[in-house]
Amino acid sequence: MTTVDVETPRSPRRAERSGRGINLEKWGWIYMRASGVVLVVLIFGHLFVNLVAGEGVKAIDFAFVAGKWADPFWVVWDTLLLWLALIHGANGMRTIVNDYASNELLRRIFKGALVVSTVVLLILGTLVIYTFDPCPDVSADQLELLPSFCGVGA
Amino acid sequence: MSEKSAGTVSAPQPDKKYPLPKLSAPKMPRGTLYRGNTGMWSWVLHRITGVAIFFFLLVHILDTALVRVSPEAYNAVINQYKTPIMGLGELGLVVAIGFHALNGLRIILIDFWSVGPRYHKLMFVVVILLWIVLLVGFTPRHLMHVFGG
Ligand code: HEM
Repeated sequence: MTTVDVETPRSPRRAERSGRGINLEKWGWIYMRASGVVLVVLIFGHLFVNLVAGEGVKAIDFAFVAGKWADPFWVVWDTLLLWLALIHGANGMRTIVNDYASNELLRRIFKGALVVSTVVLLILGTLVIYTFDPCPDVSADQLELLPSFCGVGA
Repeated sequence: MSEKSAGTVSAPQPDKKYPLPKLSAPKMPRGTLYRGNTGMWSWVLHRITGVAIFFFLLVHILDTALVRVSPEAYNAVINQYKTPIMGLGELGLVVAIGFHALNGLRIILIDFWSVGPRYHKLMFVVVILLWIVLLVGFTPRHLMHVFGG
């Protein structure tokens, strides 16, 4: 007959610690709050410039984006927005998965999907911002879609 | 087990000198921020809006990535955001993010401000009021952009 170890009931669960005693759960908690404060500024600024100012959503097109990213200010703004919001959202979703997915395998699948989608979108989004070409080669009928500072557009 | 047996200690019986204390069961457990009433409903809304914004963000990064495909592809997709139905969707997004942002600041104040927990209900009222102010400012202007000439 084998014996089974039964843990002492009601013993406090120790915080999960990574190798060198860093409490990742605590830093996640702090990150949600620190990023939240910055995101309020970044998101309301983003929404104001894109949806409220000028003609609002009607003004958004390729030339509009090119105009914004010609200014390093908006490049930095959008990069911060991408990284802070996506990691904040993914970490929040991780909390929710932990709360509701009681099946071990399912939980792993959900969290794996969160990690993969977050990493892929962070890389994609960052590449899009930093390899953006405001004046790409386009066929003659599309020249009018380019921003005016390309010298050929409308 | 009413019989006393050796080795057990029976609880003291109430009598005139030590009457049973009169207790009325509270309707809600006291001393919790998160069960029932404002604490719980603000949390439910915070969670739902957080999830909604997250899924929008996934889509939004992908549609923005189309600027690297071609101006034509980007404009074709972004023009969908200017239709009446998507215009209402943008309003819903601002409704959701407005609440999540304001209530998020309230959560932060509860956690870090020394008297935050004492004022959590008052702060919830303030959140709702600021939320309404935000939407009263945003809604007409956005609907004008989407539906107006
Ligand atoms: C506008 C600025 C924002 C602020 C001030 C803010 C604040 C917060 C705070 C304080 C929390 C609670 C974290 C905790 O309890 O540990 C939270 C949770 C969350 N946030 Fe945000 N957030 C903001 C933007 C966003 C954005 C853009 C997204 C989506 C991409 C998002 C998605 C989430 C999710 C999914 C949760 C988890 C909800 C839960 O556990 O119930 N938030 N946010």
